Amino acid sequence: MTDATAAQHDAHEHHPKGLARWLFTTNHKEIGTLYLIFSLVMFLVGGAMALVIRAELFAPGLHLVNPEFFNQMTTMHALVMIFGAVMPAFVGLANWMVPLMIGAPDMALPRMNNWSFWIMPFAFTLLLATLFMPSGAPASGWTLYPPLSLQGGNSLAFVILAIHLMGISSIMGAINIIATILNMRAPGMTLLRMPMFVWTWLITAFLLIAVMPVLAGAVTMLLTDRFFGTSFFNAAGGGDPVLYQHIFWFFGHPEVYIMILPAFGIVSEIIPTFSRKKLFGYTSMVYATASIAFLSFIVWAHHMFTVGMPLGAALFFMYATMVIAVPTGIKIFNWVSTMWRGSMTFETPMLFALGFVVLFTIGGLSGVMLAIVPADFQYHDTYFVVAHFHYVLVTGAVFAIMASVYYWLPKWTGHMYNETLGKIHFWWSTFWVNVLFFPQHYLGLAGMPRRIPDYAIQFTEFNVISSIGGFAFGIGQLLFVYIVWQCARGGQKATANVWEGARGLEWTVPSPAPLHTFDNPPNVDDPDLVAHTGGTR
Amino acid sequence: MSDSRASTLNSKLRYVGQLALFAVAMFGFGYLLVPLYDKFCEVTGIGGRTAEGPVAEAEYLPTEPDMSREVTVHFDANVNSSLPWHFEPVEKTMAVHPGKMYETAYIATNYSDQPVVAQAVPSVAPGLASLHFNKTECFCFTEQLLGPGESREMPVRFFVHPDLDDGTNFVTLSYIVYKNDDATARETVAMGQ
Ligand code: HEM
Ligand SMILES: [Cu+2]
Repeated sequence: MTDATAAQHDAHEHHPKGLARWLFTTNHKEIGTLYLIFSLVMFLVGGAMALVIRAELFAPGLHLVNPEFFNQMTTMHALVMIFGAVMPAFVGLANWMVPLMIGAPDMALPRMNNWSFWIMPFAFTLLLATLFMPSGAPASGWTLYPPLSLQGGNSLAFVILAIHLMGISSIMGAINIIATILNMRAPGMTLLRMPMFVWTWLITAFLLIAVMPVLAGAVTMLLTDRFFGTSFFNAAGGGDPVLYQHIFWFFGHPEVYIMILPAFGIVSEIIPTFSRKKLFGYTSMVYATASIAFLSFIVWAHHMFTVGMPLGAALFFMYATMVIAVPTGIKIFNWVSTMWRGSMTFETPMLFALGFVVLFTIGGLSGVMLAIVPADFQYHDTYFVVAHFHYVLVTGAVFAIMASVYYWLPKWTGHMYNETLGKIHFWWSTFWVNVLFFPQHYLGLAGMPRRIPDYAIQFTEFNVISSIGGFAFGIGQLLFVYIVWQCARGGQKATANVWEGARGLEWTVPSPAPLHTFDNPPNVDDPDLVAHTGGTR
Repeated sequence: MSDSRASTLNSKLRYVGQLALFAVAMFGFGYLLVPLYDKFCEVTGIGGRTAEGPVAEAEYLPTEPDMSREVTVHFDANVNSSLPWHFEPVEKTMAVHPGKMYETAYIATNYSDQPVVAQAVPSVAPGLASLHFNKTECFCFTEQLLGPGESREMPVRFFVHPDLDDGTNFVTLSYIVYKNDDATARETVAMGQ
């Protein structure tokens, strides 16, 4: 035992420096940091693409970019944001926080963890390189529907390879997270004592392993249809393009929950802290998360009502979709009840979490509208859908990620961020994000189609408003980058507990969290720790 | 200590093995959806596909047509962009009685200076009606060869079965014709000799 510890300490001291340190690191905190930085870079790249779209839509007519490039931008913006910004951010948070929250010294498979991360820069180099290829980047929308996606250039092969790499990375990450959570919890950390963030990630990881391979299969079929003469989706050869939509959305709907369940977890951590109360209905939160995950497998066809399906099938998918609103509603109820009669304070993480609760709910409501079959015939493929998924993804997933960064940044860096700037960032973002996306509901109801670079002149005003909101929101995110950078450089020293009401094992280690924590597992039943953990749940 | 280390390592590896297996199985499941979908469409009629060969008239055509009911059949024609053909129905619509046999035709013209072989792929909307839309003769059952500039009228014989859902008063029979590259190349070579 003493020998082993000594050897371990020795190994720590010979930590490589410089680039090699980051290239070869197997430390969950360093890998978490890499993921988060990668995600931030992709967020800015994807954001720049969004601004190209909003600039083109600032006025009717084709005045800035050619339509082909516009389509490349809508496609690449979505792929970069989904696979490059949102998903890696959650994986980065899991890397940093899951071991700290369950009292584990590291992830279960540190070396695989290193590979999971380092695949990502390669995948995105491949993806972004298509912008510079003669045939241009993919332009058929992120869903890559055939026959359109098969009629583009050869760059499709690069996109598909990139998607395969991202998928492999996600699956390895998910396996690692499950193995960590199921195998490395500290004594006393029973499943039903785990923080909600850990629970939501456990369930998300299972979703990832279940559906990323299905996406891999779908794009492989595209690849062989395009380059090797198969006819999975080619009607001339006996295939069916609608089949692609079924396979894609069998992946696609669970995928949207992959991007929101960890956000639910984050908000369930933050609201109790700043309400200075236990999370209301912890067990029902766990069950609600699990049932959302289960239901997400039986609603996929709500994305394809308009391809034509028998009435019975349309009704099934409509009701199944609406049923998801029930567990989602339970969650919102629990968050509100947690705040009820709490001693609330409104630091930046709490502001973002509250912004999440309100604005995500708006996205949920427009989702229920879209689930109504006859209404969806009107709304489908209009800006109404665009408004819906940006409320759930930007003011939902992205706001939760921002909340989590403010919440845990002092733990990561050892410094407090600038609270005034944080609040400005919140109010600026919240105001402009609504200017950006709310008018898109009206545009959609009035019939403006999505993914089209031009529009009828009666849509001008709302598009102008939306574009102004887009640029203002985008500029505001540079403030976020500055705040994070400033906090990493220095600032007021953070205490171990950081927030007065914070509970959980991650707050028992010093700030900044040392490279190695919980080498000896904490005992969660230890009276000193009960106040921090078991006591809250 | 080292014992328990080894046992946690073992149980980690067991998880990894099982989860990796699950991932591989789900990749397979994606492919399994292809035959499942085909079977599902065949059984339920979803997707609007029709039988690939002629329906046996003697077996399915009822002895008594239902003269009290009238169903409007729309005929639709589409040409894939790589095929140098004109293709259109002789009649745009037809009022039919369920259980009675009808005949109509499509006209195809090859406006290129090469022989071209094409394949027509039919579909019926609404999808569920495809189970009751029966063709006893159709140009879509075989490849069609048209010489340079050649034009041909191609017949379709069909009947709508009286089992067609009561609420369905309109049925569309739609074709899309595709170029068959292999067969076209074969014909071009044959012509050259
Ligand atoms: C109460 C919950 C929800 C309901 C009832 C719902 C319903 C729907 C429906 C019916 C559509 C298809 C609209 C159409 O294309 O005509 C849709 C699209 C979409 N939803 Fe939701 N949704 C919900 C929550 C979410 C969440 C939580 C996310 C992601 C975090 C999300 C992301 C998306 C995306 C990305 C699309 C568009 C996909 C595309 O066509 O590119 N939704 N939603
Ligand atoms: Cu969905």
